[in-house]
Amino acid sequence: MITDTSEGSLKAFLKTLPQVDEVGASARAAMLATRSIKTSSKAWAIDMAISMVDLTTLEGADTPGKVRAICAKAVRPDATDLSVPSVGAVCVYNDMVHIARTSLDLIGGRAIPVAAVATAFPSGRASYAVKAQDTIDAINAGAAEIDMVIDRGAFLSGRYGEVFDEIVKIKELCGDKAHLKVILETGELVTLDNVRKASYLAMLAGADFIKTSTGKVTPAATAPVVFVMLEAVRDYYSMTQTRIGVKPAGGIRNTKDAIKQLVLVNEVAGPEWLNPQLFRIGASALLNDLLLQRMKLRDGYYASPSYVTLD
Amino acid sequence: MAVTPSQRIDVLKTYKLFIGGAFPRSESGRVYSVKDSKGNHLANPSLASRKDLRDAVVAARSAFPAWSAATAYNRGQILYRMAEMLEGRSEQLVTEIIALEGVTVKSATEQVQESVDLLVWYAGWSDKIATIAGSTNPVSGPYYNFSTPEPIGVVAIFAAAKPSLLNFVGALAGVITSGNTAIIVASEKYPLPAITFSEIMATSDLPAGVVNVLTGSATELVPWAASHMDIDAIDASGLTSKQLKEAQLAGVANLKRIRVHTQSKAPERILNYMETKTVWHPIGI
Repeated sequence: MITDTSEGSLKAFLKTLPQVDEVGASARAAMLATRSIKTSSKAWAIDMAISMVDLTTLEGADTPGKVRAICAKAVRPDATDLSVPSVGAVCVYNDMVHIARTSLDLIGGRAIPVAAVATAFPSGRASYAVKAQDTIDAINAGAAEIDMVIDRGAFLSGRYGEVFDEIVKIKELCGDKAHLKVILETGELVTLDNVRKASYLAMLAGADFIKTSTGKVTPAATAPVVFVMLEAVRDYYSMTQTRIGVKPAGGIRNTKDAIKQLVLVNEVAGPEWLNPQLFRIGASALLNDLLLQRMKLRDGYYASPSYVTLD
Repeated sequence: MAVTPSQRIDVLKTYKLFIGGAFPRSESGRVYSVKDSKGNHLANPSLASRKDLRDAVVAARSAFPAWSAATAYNRGQILYRMAEMLEGRSEQLVTEIIALEGVTVKSATEQVQESVDLLVWYAGWSDKIATIAGSTNPVSGPYYNFSTPEPIGVVAIFAAAKPSLLNFVGALAGVITSGNTAIIVASEKYPLPAITFSEIMATSDLPAGVVNVLTGSATELVPWAASHMDIDAIDASGLTSKQLKEAQLAGVANLKRIRVHTQSKAPERILNYMETKTVWHPIGI
């Protein structure tokens, strides 16, 4: 695709990308959201969505106790129903990685990776040295996935080379120890054209996943944004035969939203992406709603939030 | 050219549901025909579906924390405000009651006035119920022990038919004055006063979702309301004995409290939807 990764060459390449038809993208995403998914398809979609959840707690008020509770829920989302799958990963801040890893290992969650947000999440406003240390710390503490943020200021000023180089360097730090998810923070990128450009920039720089948002900025994972990102990974696959994952995060709070995301994945990127290796949903409140909907399908009557954990 | 009255096209009211402070149509798009006392078509209110019921439960549940935590004084004020608003809309309600129930102007007016007074009566109870039904209990130990009644949660009400407004208001006021939130299914045959009363609630500082009004078929909604795990109690006063039995069977999963009332003005209307919390507080330490 491109071999020369100088600023000039990146700019030239990004310029060749077709412009996004904003109205068309919104209309297509909205049209796909009207698909009706019921009964056995819904049951399948709920379990798929549960296995794709990156169960997240990213609060200033996080405590080791809360992280342990999240880990327990990650392994067994519904303690009363062993047929519920475990979630895709647990996503925490750097200093909670060790606690998450050890508690997951203790309770039979060895297969569940811990994802750490790094590189001065959520703003990304720190020196490279700090960002690098942030990443190294998280990997040393046992993180198998690094969720880094891009420098939106640099991107919006057109300094693509800077954004690119930073992703490359963090990817080198991750090596084969951790997957790299690159957070574009689409809520700050203003246009869908920028979303497309940033997606390509991240993929070219070696991202394993592209992620919509930090969850700290609204709007977050809107349907048109996810649509454009899914198109990007699909086209990137046809160019390079490499499948990059997508992770919408922020604002996906109920089962209906999650199922809409799955429809988008299937219709835009293709069914190959319908697995937790290539599609994740960053969420916290979503899991409870998925469990309630699952209970409703199982029992035949409406469930109550009193029967799922508070978190 | 001036339009003479006969040329003017009537602007008829669309009777809608009241869910979460808004007036949506049924998500099913269905309506049914309500007849006046002479059997002529009167209106097409919404025929609520189980999805509407579910939306109403979500609205009621999310309104519960704030409404139950509001001071009893404040809840009383809001109920009183509803009485004020009802007084101002009495003419419209009298008209609807006469059309539906076929009663005299005098009887309809009395029903509306009685409903206003009933709201004031329940408004007064809000800050007194804990004093009447609560207690400090003698215990043999260094504890201060007291019991207070607390609202049970989300209550579904199937309002009894005639007198339509009085039954509706009485059931509703008793449930919400203590801090519960409610989903009230209006009488299938006489739903118009309930819908008009929703407009009164919408302008009485009552927080959105505290009361949600559905119109339609009780037979259709009873099994879903009774089995819904997030409804804590049912006022089944408007149900037939067959429907009541069905509700009792479907309601066992969450030990739903199901009650039937015959009077609109009774403290049991409040107390049946409260639970007693007892607290042991150590003293002398």
